[in-house]
Order: sequence, then C-alpha cells, then structure tokens
Amino acid sequence: MYYVELMINGLLVGILYSLIALGFVLIYKASDVINFAQGELVMFAGYVLAASLQLYGFPLALAIVLGFSSMIILGYAIERVVLQHLIGRPAVAVIMATIGLAAFLQGLAPFLWGPETKNLPLPIPEGPVFLGPILFSQIEIYAALLALVCFGLFGLFFTKSRMGLALRAIADDQQVSQAMGINVKLYFALAWGLAGTVAAVGGLVWGNLLGVDVQLALVGLKVFPVVILGGLDSIVGAMVGGLIIGVVESIAAGFIDPLVGGGTKDFTPYILMILVLMIRPYGLFGKEQIERV
Amino acid sequence: MLNRETATFKRSYAEDMALYPLPLQRVTIAVIILVAFVAFPFVASVYMLGLANLIGIAALGAIGLNILVGSTGQISIGHGAFMSVGAYTAAVLSSRYGVPWWGAILGGGSMSALVGTFFGIPSLRIKGLYLAISTLAAQLIIEWVLNHVTWISGGVGAVIYVDKPSVFGLALKSNLAMYYFIYVFLAIGVVFALNILRTHIGRAFIAVRDRDVAAEIIGINIFRTKLTSFAISSFYAGVTGVLYTYYYGMANYEAFNLTISIQFLAMVIIGGLGSVLGSILGAIFITLLPIVLDTVLGSVGRMFMDAAAVASISTSLQLMLFGGLIMFFLVVEPDGLSKLWRNVKDYFRVWPFPYL
Repeated sequence: MYYVELMINGLLVGILYSLIALGFVLIYKASDVINFAQGELVMFAGYVLAASLQLYGFPLALAIVLGFSSMIILGYAIERVVLQHLIGRPAVAVIMATIGLAAFLQGLAPFLWGPETKNLPLPIPEGPVFLGPILFSQIEIYAALLALVCFGLFGLFFTKSRMGLALRAIADDQQVSQAMGINVKLYFALAWGLAGTVAAVGGLVWGNLLGVDVQLALVGLKVFPVVILGGLDSIVGAMVGGLIIGVVESIAAGFIDPLVGGGTKDFTPYILMILVLMIRPYGLFGKEQIERV
Repeated sequence: MLNRETATFKRSYAEDMALYPLPLQRVTIAVIILVAFVAFPFVASVYMLGLANLIGIAALGAIGLNILVGSTGQISIGHGAFMSVGAYTAAVLSSRYGVPWWGAILGGGSMSALVGTFFGIPSLRIKGLYLAISTLAAQLIIEWVLNHVTWISGGVGAVIYVDKPSVFGLALKSNLAMYYFIYVFLAIGVVFALNILRTHIGRAFIAVRDRDVAAEIIGINIFRTKLTSFAISSFYAGVTGVLYTYYYGMANYEAFNLTISIQFLAMVIIGGLGSVLGSILGAIFITLLPIVLDTVLGSVGRMFMDAAAVASISTSLQLMLFGGLIMFFLVVEPDGLSKLWRNVKDYFRVWPFPYL
C-alpha cells in the first residue's frame, strides 16, 4: 500500500513537472532554443501573482489576469530584445543567453518585490482527503486537473488552430515555412508568449505549493530530466516524461532517503537522465536526428 | 598586448615560432611580470592583495574553462563541481594523508581531470544542447556525492579544514605569501594555455569548434580531441579548486555550486571566448563587480535606505548585472572585453593617421 501511495503522489507531482516542461518544449519546438530560464519564468510568474495579491491587495481574478498578461509580455519581450539577435549563432551562445536571462530574472524579482518568502493563497480547501485507503492533498488534485486541462488546450491548439499548424510547420522546417509565407520571427515570439502563459500556470500552482521566493526557480532544474526522457520536441513526451520522473523520484526517495538521509529527490532524475542520454539521446517521443560525428 | 606589429621581419624558424616575436612585446611582458611579482606586492595593502589573490585564482579557472568553451566549442555548466572535486581531493590528501602541497595540487588536478573526462564522454554522442544539460547533471550529482558520501567529506556540513601549504619549510600564512603561491600557478597556466593553442592539439580544438564534420574529414579524431579538451580544462578547474581550498583554509562544497559555475561562464563570455587575455579580464571584471557595486551602493544607497535594504538590493542588483551583462555581450559584442581591447589597439595602430 505504501508503494501505491508513493506512486500516486509521484504521479501527482509528476504532472506538475510536466507543466513546467511544457513551456520548455514549446520554445524548443518552435525556435530550437534550449531555455535554461524556464524555472525562473515560473518563479517570476509566482512573484507577480503573490505580489499583486499580498503587496497590492488585488482580488484573485485580477491578480491572475495581471499574472498571465505580464508573463505573455515578458516572454514576447525576451524573444524580441535578446534571442532574436542570436538566430543563427552557435548553440552555446543561445544557451548562455538563457542562462544570463535566468540570473537576470533571479535578481529582478526580489529587486522589485523583496526577497522574503510570500504566500500565494488560492481558494481551495486545505487539508487531506481520503480516496479509499489513500491520502491525497486536495490542492495537488486540483493542480493536476489544471495541468491536464492545460495539456488538453495546448493539444487542441496545436492540432486544430491555424497558429498551431504554423508552429508545427516551423518546428518541421524553418526555411520551408518561411518560403510558404509564415512569419517565422513572429511565431518565435508567439512561442515565447505561450511559454510565458504556461509559466504563469506553473507559477500559480507551484507558488501555492512551495511559497514564492527565489528558491521557487529550482523547480526548473527538474525540467531537464523530464524533457530529455520525453524527447525535447514532443508535448506528449513532456507529459509522459514528467509522470515517469515524478514516480521514479518518489519511489526512489521512499526507498533510499531513509538510508542516506535525504536529497535523493534532486539526484535520481539526473541519474536517469544520464542513462537516457547515453542510450537514447532523443528520448521516448523525440524526433530522431542521426548525426554521427 | 601593447605594441605595434608593423615592419618586423622573421629570419629564422625560431623567431617565427616565438611566443612573443617582437622586442616591444617582450619588454611589455617583462614589465608586467616585474610589476606583478615585484612592485605590486610591496605597494598593495593586505586587502588589495586578498582581492588580487581571488582574481588570480578565478583567472586560472577561467583560462581553463575558456579552453573548453571558447576554443573547443563545448559547454560545461559543471565547472564549479569539477573545482570541488579538486578541492576535496586536495583536502583529503593533505589533511588525512599528510601529502605536501605539490602532491595535493597534482592529485587534485588529476582527479578533477578524470572526473571531467568521464562527464565529457557523453559529448561523443551529444552536442551543444544536450552537453549543457549533461554537465548540469554532473554539477548536481557531484554536489550530492560530496555532501552525502561521508568517506569523502567527513560527515556533517561536509567541510574539511586544511592547513596552509608550506613551501621549503615556510608556511604560507600571509596574503603576500599566498599571492606569490597563486600567481606562480597563474603564470604557468597562462603560458601553458597560450602554447597549447599553437600546437596540433590546440589547432584540433579550434577545428572541432568551427566545423566538426570538416575536422573529422581531415583526420582529426573528434572523440579524443573533445576528451583532451575536457581533461585539460578540468585539470585547470581542479587546480583552481585546490588553490581556493588553500586560500580559504577549507574545502566546502557550497562554495562550488551552480552559481559559481555560471560565474565562471560569465567570466569567459564577458572576457572574450577563446582568448587567454579575455579570461583574465573577465576574471578581474566578475570578481570586482560585486565589490564595486557594494561600495557604490554603500555610499549612494545609504543616503535613502537602511543597511539591510541596501544589502538585499545589492544581491539582486548583482545578479541582474551578471545576467544583463552576459546577454548584452552575447548580443552586442560576442568577443567580449578582449575584442574591445583589440579595437583600442587597432585604433592606435594607425594613429594619428586613421586614413592610412
């Protein structure tokens, strides 16, 4: 029973990892940029939400509107101001730019709203519920549902809408899409705006679970195992990868933590990731690129 | 550095291969060495010597990282962890087994080179994007191991205290003594880095960076080249870690976290990718940035804020400046401070006749 509980808790946390990974995948899919600042985007969204609730005393609905719109603008601005100039430059330069962005956001948020930890209260009843013999925290269930809705919406967006179609075309081949009259640069910015939206959802959920301060950005470190496992450019992969990582780390923590005294959760996903990198670098659902050098 | 390169003729192979072919260059270097080893230590205060020591250690690490990132075009976000490998190896060797400083330096460097090479192995199969993530994994895994394996770190807090090195029976207790200790290693590191880039190994690094497929076609073994670069670079990192350990008198894994790795990357990028001079400039810049910022905020900010507010703003501003400068240099001047220096030189090359 203990392991079933560990597993279900792992799944619930895993779907939230998937949520952060989704933002990462959106950017990678459209513009081939590895975004090391996804965790920082989530943190920044959390800061915007918590600050407008606590410091300025706005109602929740307004805070959410503010949070989402500022994240969309931020994502768009990042692409326009920084990354647009790095198109066609070596991958290392782009990676470094996002690392710089991460440091910048880690400074900017506490600079604007102070370094102390803030609560992000949501109108969801506290306390656990029992489903059968297993204990759940309610907020995690709501969060998981929200994440699932997000995935559903993005799935629809990519398969049904014209913009989604254009994004998929760009992911497939940038030059051909440009030749077919798609404004590639505009869609790069759009992808960052979408990633900002996802980060806002992530900030809402994770900020509520962990409290909002600079440490919140550390959830971004979980993104890499998730996306490597699932495949860098696959939305389904982000979801499945998140679930697997959640379960693996939850069970590993249940087994190993009592033996070594903690910290297993931060560490097992990366072991798993190294294995995946050595055996199947493109992940479970990623596009297989064969390049032998 | 400071010289004009016109009207010189090379009459022998030895002259052609000299590291500094021009008389003025040699004079400049001699003056720099004299200032660094004779004049500066006797003029500088203890505080300035302390800063110079930190800059020297950071410069050594940045030169090493630059061989990997700037010259070979591989990326490592795990360099802080590689430094900690060197630091803990030296700490364990010297405090538990009584190994002298030269043994600790060599041991720390070699162990770090081994670990770095091991984590460089994925670079055979994976490139840029993936490599960055895999070295990030190295950073987190090494941190975890140092913190949790009690045989290495000696348990709670994972801090190992180390005696200052003693050279020829003299314990290097003062900042001045450490200054000489550190700058001798920096000088060796600079000469080695300048020379390695002129050998077939260094040329292979640059070929792999510029076009790996073409490099393989002209007969460069890419796997070996990348691993050599990882080994050299992490050897530098290991020695850097050992020097930090000796300078602070302890090995502490928290002093080598992800932030440090990113700081070293920032040094390399702000200084100039692939340039030894750039690494040193970057190390100076990044080391002095927080201090200058603190001083400025301390005097200006205190006028309308209390001390605690200034302190908290200072950390945030520091991060913003780090991040902002990395992005600024990448977008505006990808070759960093060393390119700015070259621009100044180019301006004075034909001065005062710019139309020539």
